[in-house]
Amino acid sequence: MKQYEVTMAGFGGQGVMVAGQLLAYSGIKEGKNVVWLPSYGPEMRGGTAYCTVVISDVRIGSPIINNPTACCVFNRPSFDKFAPKVKSGGLLIVNSSLISASADRTDITQILIPANQMALEGGSVRSTNVAMLGCFIAATGIVEHKTMLKVLEEKLGAKKALLEINMNVFDAGYHFGISAVGERSHA
Amino acid sequence: MAKILMKGNEAIAEAAVRAGAVNYFAYPITPQNEVGEYLARRLPEVGGVFLQAESEVAVGNMLFGAASTGKRVFTTSSSPGISLMQEAISYMAGAQLPVVLLNIMRGGPGLGGILPAQSDYFQATKGGGHGDYRLLVLAPSTIQEAVDLTMLAFHLADKYRNPVMIIGDGMIGQMMEPVEFPDSYTEPELPPKTWAATGADGRKPQVVKSLFLDPIALEKNNILLHEKYQAMKREEIRFECYKTAPKNKILLVAYGTMARICQTAIDELEGEGISVGLFRPITCFPFPEEALYAEATKSNIETVLTIEMSMGQMVEDVERVVARQRPVKFFGRTGGIVPSPEEVIQQIKQILASGQPTKVKV
Repeated sequence: MKQYEVTMAGFGGQGVMVAGQLLAYSGIKEGKNVVWLPSYGPEMRGGTAYCTVVISDVRIGSPIINNPTACCVFNRPSFDKFAPKVKSGGLLIVNSSLISASADRTDITQILIPANQMALEGGSVRSTNVAMLGCFIAATGIVEHKTMLKVLEEKLGAKKALLEINMNVFDAGYHFGISAVGERSHA
Repeated sequence: MAKILMKGNEAIAEAAVRAGAVNYFAYPITPQNEVGEYLARRLPEVGGVFLQAESEVAVGNMLFGAASTGKRVFTTSSSPGISLMQEAISYMAGAQLPVVLLNIMRGGPGLGGILPAQSDYFQATKGGGHGDYRLLVLAPSTIQEAVDLTMLAFHLADKYRNPVMIIGDGMIGQMMEPVEFPDSYTEPELPPKTWAATGADGRKPQVVKSLFLDPIALEKNNILLHEKYQAMKREEIRFECYKTAPKNKILLVAYGTMARICQTAIDELEGEGISVGLFRPITCFPFPEEALYAEATKSNIETVLTIEMSMGQMVEDVERVVARQRPVKFFGRTGGIVPSPEEVIQQIKQILASGQPTKVKV
């Protein structure tokens, strides 16, 4: 890896900003350079909120990334906006609980993950972001599984019940990602 | 201390506290509100004062008053708010008061928008308020540099008894990067503030003012200020060169976040076998004149291309310095639109092909 860019996009409250931050914290833990840039422009209610995380072995130049290596889209408007922007050869992770579509592109890898449902089954729909994150990390190997668990522990350590839910949902997302990538590589 | 992930606005706020800022007066405005949010919680911990003023005009005068006592004072705002402070900034420069101001610039003119811009360069470096004065202007391009320059700003403000302004755009304010604060902060020793109004018990009152009705006294004050600005030009020039090399035909000039975007463009062009260098002023005043002239007039350089998030402001300093020794071209986007690395690459290729950048079509 030299540099990897991912845009996390959804509606306000889905935890896309936090998902990006958790990834950035993991990157720092592994000694990498990171930049986390949120969207802060005027947005209408129900519109998209997104952040971009750049993780790199080298000094990071532009924090603005128009065509990221990967996108995790949490809702339909984000899917419409960002699916066409993923760099050719990149990765698109689609929250299939809320998006009943896949991108009409053959030049990227797509993983459809029922993240909301997975989070609900794990104990809280609010952990949707962590399911997406687990899947993303499994599919890219951008940071290690154990690094992210450590970050979750640090951030949620005081709230044991919440930590347990998030670790479970993260694992579920991670295993989903592993099997999705596995299937692809066998195909 | 280990690296921590911080938002630019919060990192700058923490840097100010660590540099000894104990008075913060401000009025909220996007995109720098996290500074006030952070300091509202943080300053009481160190016995400091956080005060949300009734307006930016009031902020400016609170800064004047608090700085007169010799304490380290700080404010942050964004373009329209900084405009409202200009009268007080001019008074503080005239009265030789150390104060640090942060402008997280947004698109203008007028109320404009809230997205990133660099269109307050003239205001910061050429005045903004009335009279013969200058601010020392620092332009960070990373969050770590924003931390380092904020701490330095308080030292320089005291060293020169002059307002210092840090300029960044919305990205510097909003993005998060790993930062490291020094375990212990020491700065070169400064002379005692014998001019400060600290209570006249047992001594003659101190007068801190910018009013000199006697023309001879006023000119004397202006000459004294001018000598300080000359000293800044000798001692405080800061800049960085990125991949400047003998085979380059084009020299880019950009500051702040825009310089980082140029770095990405330069790296990508390198992959295509096109070598381009970047000159990045870190101090916008004093402007790194000698260093830029030396880079721009190297025999291999055919064109100097200035890139800004404005319609062309710093480019006037670049033109002044290059003094027609080389063609100086300009490319910029405004209104909160940030030139992408791809756009910068296209402009460079266009110049290599035809000598001219392409116009922005909207």
